[in-house]
Amino acid sequence: MERIPILKMGEFLLVSIQVDMHDRLALQLQDDLTERIAATSARGVLIDISSLEMVDSFIGRMLGNLAAMSRVLDAQTVVVGMRPAVAITLVELGMSLPGVRTALNVERGMDLLSSSADLQVPGREHGAGLR
Amino acid sequence: MALVSAEVLPLTTSDHIVIVRQAVRQRAVDLGFSLVDQTKIVTAASELARNAIQHGGGGRATIEAVTDGLRRGLRLTFEDDGPGIADIELAMRDGYSSAGGLGLGLSGSKRLSNEFSIASSNGKGTRVIITRWK
Repeated sequence: MERIPILKMGEFLLVSIQVDMHDRLALQLQDDLTERIAATSARGVLIDISSLEMVDSFIGRMLGNLAAMSRVLDAQTVVVGMRPAVAITLVELGMSLPGVRTALNVERGMDLLSSSADLQVPGREHGAGLR
Repeated sequence: MALVSAEVLPLTTSDHIVIVRQAVRQRAVDLGFSLVDQTKIVTAASELARNAIQHGGGGRATIEAVTDGLRRGLRLTFEDDGPGIADIELAMRDGYSSAGGLGLGLSGSKRLSNEFSIASSNGKGTRVIITRWK
């Protein structure tokens, strides 16, 4: 069965959606990602949607669900790489992805995740300047 | 409005939503739609295809290239043989959902189109027609 790969990078998980999301694949990703968060104790999840040519209400809802599920499992989610045409369409559709943090690209998303991991665990050995 | 070409695709399983999206994208590219316009019509098609499958129990999508004078556009018809919509005004409202979704399918796809019409009668299914002009 077709699956979206989930990569582990340190304490974060990286999901890059490279295929045209069909509904079953979206549901499979929810299952796989929550299991990986629990198994790896990941602190953050980065979801790269730069390959997605459209996001409809189903995919938008899935992104919101992923963010909510991750939060409950004590991991932050950042969605990165949304194409400008997708952003315009999504807002006109009536979805502004409430509860989903976004960043322009993978690099900025990683920065966001790193800094929120620092803020949450003040005692942790991380880069200076945030405490 | 004159018809240039037409294509009919089935809507029974969720895989058909992806096929309809890809076919609509191709037609929109052929017609020279801008990237934003392509994305809008493809997204509207995805919403309406899913509606026909989930609420209407399946049906068909017709993709037509049309002209009106010098204008060229894409007209999409989504038909199902489902139970129909009892209260169209209610169904068109943002956030109203009968199936636990977000309730953006009809209202959202109307916003993404230039023309939108819906006809439904109890027990005879639903037909939604949208047009987006280049």
